[in-house]
Amino acid sequence: MNNAKGTVFKYGDNVDTDVIIPARYLNSSDPAELATHCMEDIDKDFIKNVKKGDIIVADKNFGCGSSREHAPIAIKAAGVSCVIAETFARIFYRNAINIGLPIIECPEASKGIEAGDEVEVNFDTGVITNVTKGTSFKGQAFPEFMQKIIAAEGLVNYINNSNS
Amino acid sequence: MGMTMTQKILAAAAGLDQVEAGQLIEAKLDLVLGNDITSPVAIKEMDKMKVEGVFDKDKIALVPDHFVPNKDIKSAEHCKCVREFAKRNEITNYFEVGEMGIEHALLPEKGLTVAGDVIIGADSHTCTYGALGAFSTGVGSTDMAAGMATGKAWFKVPSAIKFILTGKPSKWVSGKDVILHIIGMIGVDGALYKSMEFVGDGIANLTMDDRFTIANMAIEAGGKNGIFPVDDLAIAYMKEHSTKSYQIYEADADAVYDAEYTIDLSKLEPTVAFPHLPENTHTLSEIRKMDDIQIDQVVIGSCTNGRLDDLRTAAEVLKGRHVAKGMRCIVIPATQAIYMQAMEEGLLKTFIEAGAIVSTPTCGPCLGGYMGILAEGERCVSTTNRNFVGRMGHVQSEIYLASPAVAAASAVTGKISCPCEL
Repeated sequence: MNNAKGTVFKYGDNVDTDVIIPARYLNSSDPAELATHCMEDIDKDFIKNVKKGDIIVADKNFGCGSSREHAPIAIKAAGVSCVIAETFARIFYRNAINIGLPIIECPEASKGIEAGDEVEVNFDTGVITNVTKGTSFKGQAFPEFMQKIIAAEGLVNYINNSNS
Repeated sequence: MGMTMTQKILAAAAGLDQVEAGQLIEAKLDLVLGNDITSPVAIKEMDKMKVEGVFDKDKIALVPDHFVPNKDIKSAEHCKCVREFAKRNEITNYFEVGEMGIEHALLPEKGLTVAGDVIIGADSHTCTYGALGAFSTGVGSTDMAAGMATGKAWFKVPSAIKFILTGKPSKWVSGKDVILHIIGMIGVDGALYKSMEFVGDGIANLTMDDRFTIANMAIEAGGKNGIFPVDDLAIAYMKEHSTKSYQIYEADADAVYDAEYTIDLSKLEPTVAFPHLPENTHTLSEIRKMDDIQIDQVVIGSCTNGRLDDLRTAAEVLKGRHVAKGMRCIVIPATQAIYMQAMEEGLLKTFIEAGAIVSTPTCGPCLGGYMGILAEGERCVSTTNRNFVGRMGHVQSEIYLASPAVAAASAVTGKISCPCEL
């Protein structure tokens, strides 16, 4: 897997982990169940409309708040193939990589992409293409180890694969 | 080039003489912690790893505190998973209901966090222990699992912002007002990826509980950690609570900071963060110029403000007074020891006579779990740490973050108020 392609869901600044997955659902840790409530408090139609491969684009400080790994887990289990933001909160950033959810910081892309745009991300080069608008942006390429973590569906499998 | 206090601790834990901002290091961990929400996910990940068990049964702390006493069947299953893991791995520091408390109040009290430690916790408010001069930071469940298995974690060495605190806060100004003021000033991502290092002679005028509150909310400014120098007060706290050896690190005189702010504590006012971000702060004088903000509920507790100082202040305000008609005032001592001390000092009696309720230790309402969920359109003044949309209940409810003094006074008047106005 070295590409993501899908329709964009667009959000603003400071999308926090409480709106990504409200704590009232944290009595479960099942990814499929968490996904059914993903983004519920910021966009109640998200889960009805999201299709496998779709992309979330947001402004600054995406994933701020709690350390709950349930947040990137819910996004990934909802079918999202990549999250692009101007910046990410640090615990979310680490958690996303650790569970194998591709994320990429790119302020220009976050400004130049709107809801409903078709967007393609090349993980090898970091190039983000807005197919709808015919524009492209240069994000940071995913280092090889990070692509391997994503391919292994998370850090633990990656470590196990490396050791075996 | 000189190192910050945080950089010195990380260098030592990585076995290096020198580190600089941006450098990736692998550090030895002194403590790995998790709660009933994050540990089950970590345990599931650890079970997948090809490891024998935990790296050190004495250096892991498991504290079911979010949804305990179990709020429903699913929560009970999570707690059972943590309990069985603790038993299987003979975890020394597993805290069952009856001996538990809210993790970030409990662990310093139990002497498990001391100066110079490197601590990761699968809870964002793990940064609290910086009050004692430890490097501590929140991580997710996978990092917790790797930490429990290996006793190590990788870090990107952070740069730092220096906050020089001077002067003495006035009567109704506490650590909560200091940190809310700072978050209002730099924003919820103002310290993103960075250390927040607090220095200055004003620190001598802050109690340990004030400092825990300030370090606790470093994450609300996006910080990787918040940290205080280790002074006589911090040493006395550690000697009283811990038998662990501690190590004091000081920032080099020529350490480099991304920014420096000087804050005169004597000029600060009681400060309240309005919905729906902790940076949306207003001072008491600004609030006085607004129309009254009527409220339905007050929560006094949490890892931010459920300590003894907080309860004493709230009781001082509520003594001889009664909460407003129709007001629900929920007081949550953060640990069993705090609960007991509050009982011995008569604080619990004061709360109950004032028409408040007193709960067993739990994170409960802070994250909208249980014990005080808000309905549509309701407003709460809360001493907790986040006022995000839906954090304490309905997406159309509102949370105003404030100190215990302001929360208690607001419970009496039914609108956002300061004790000086009673």
